[in-house]
Amino acid sequence: MPSNQLTESGQLRHFLTIEGLKRPLLTEIMDRAEQFSGISHRQVKKVPLLRGKTIINLFFENSTRTRSTFELAAKRLSADVMNFNINTSATSKGESLLDTLHNLEAMHTDMFVVRHDQSGAAEFIAQHVAPHVSVINAGDGCHAHPTQAMLDMFTIRRHKQDFANLRVAIIGDILHSRVARSQIQALATLGVGEIRVIGPQTLLPRESQTLGVHVYHDMASGLEGVDVVITLRLQLERMQGALLPSAREYFRCYGLTEEKLKYAKPDAIVMHPGPINRGVEIASSVADGPQSVILEQVTHGIAIRMAVMSMALASQSEQAEIE
Amino acid sequence: MTMPKTSAEIQSLLEEMAETIREELADKDPLLVGIHTGGVWVAKALQNILGEDFFDAPLGTLNIAYYRDDFTRIGMHPQVSPSDLPFEVDNRHLVLVDDIFYSGRTTRAALNEIFDYGRPSSVTLAVLIERNGRELPIRPDIVGASVILPRNQQLKLRNKDGLQLEIRAAGALNAE
Repeated sequence: MPSNQLTESGQLRHFLTIEGLKRPLLTEIMDRAEQFSGISHRQVKKVPLLRGKTIINLFFENSTRTRSTFELAAKRLSADVMNFNINTSATSKGESLLDTLHNLEAMHTDMFVVRHDQSGAAEFIAQHVAPHVSVINAGDGCHAHPTQAMLDMFTIRRHKQDFANLRVAIIGDILHSRVARSQIQALATLGVGEIRVIGPQTLLPRESQTLGVHVYHDMASGLEGVDVVITLRLQLERMQGALLPSAREYFRCYGLTEEKLKYAKPDAIVMHPGPINRGVEIASSVADGPQSVILEQVTHGIAIRMAVMSMALASQSEQAEIE
Repeated sequence: MTMPKTSAEIQSLLEEMAETIREELADKDPLLVGIHTGGVWVAKALQNILGEDFFDAPLGTLNIAYYRDDFTRIGMHPQVSPSDLPFEVDNRHLVLVDDIFYSGRTTRAALNEIFDYGRPSSVTLAVLIERNGRELPIRPDIVGASVILPRNQQLKLRNKDGLQLEIRAAGALNAE
């Protein structure tokens, strides 16, 4: 477990995982995001808080939503942002990750936003950056995607207020999902009443029961009385590993349709981290339906990322002041 | 001038300020903006004296936390309510209200923020107390009282059983 994401005074220095963070800090992230969200409605969608800071989006894996919302978040805080994609970078010429990193650091970077297909990549980078640099994990392998989890919590809070009385179900490939892992940690930390996971045996982790999570293999009982329904993208590459028979079969059993959604509470909200496979894990009529908050999640991603970026860079300022 | 301390003394300063605002701005359909937190209290008090109809829209509030000039020195400020300007500022006359005018840095930040909402015709700065220690070429237009305090003393407006001023040693307030 990473211990170096907090400063000595408990402030966010890096944001690598939800694991080990306390409820007040998660609440502070959401409260600050609430304040930042108003900026997007103004004539000038920008505040000068991070003016003069340099942030590099270091994406070793494809992403549209996450990278562009991180970029917009940084720009709305007036930071300078550079996007650095693996396909066009020096690493494809054989430069090692650490060499690339130190070169970018030599450009006086203040923050790296890192996405990588290897679990632990962001943590590794955080261990090797200079003391004045912050690292935000934008998704690492099957491990964690903490800003996604926080924007999901923020979306839930906007609709449902009190976490304690909620029943939340996550449907799909929990085993390989960094999103699900971070969501479950965040939901548990915020004291959600009941967390359920629904999916075929091959896609649910064995330890899920020990995490206090209730496991269901069918939608009818799993969605019964649920307030929040989170569907996950079915990664089609899983099909090759013989974990699933076919996308059509998956949709029949676990695809979120209007009929299956009726098992949940009538005011349940439907969430999806995107990108959605219509007709695989979710029917178009549900994704575009009145209970869907999928596009709100995208909007909230900007405010959450503004909150996390400013908090991490602020803790750097506090450190400098102490020294 | 001696320090006004009681609620009654402050109330009479507010009435004088309100009178000046009425004289100078009555024919301009002004809008009222208070700076969190003390400036909002003063703005509400002025609104009470002038009447709900004097200003053309509900009170606007500014949280200048994202516009401060000391982020790289001290990081994030504690959370206060976000800015809320429930009107268009373009081509309008604004009355910007703060409780205590000191260095001028808060006003600088507030002006920058206002201009991110639009381009007002004019901004009039009204403050309850102006104290010595100005660091920028910015000064208030309408002042309740001017006081002189030693550098090591800070002035704080409280809102408990009415508005009251408190003098404290510098540094003590930051620890709150």
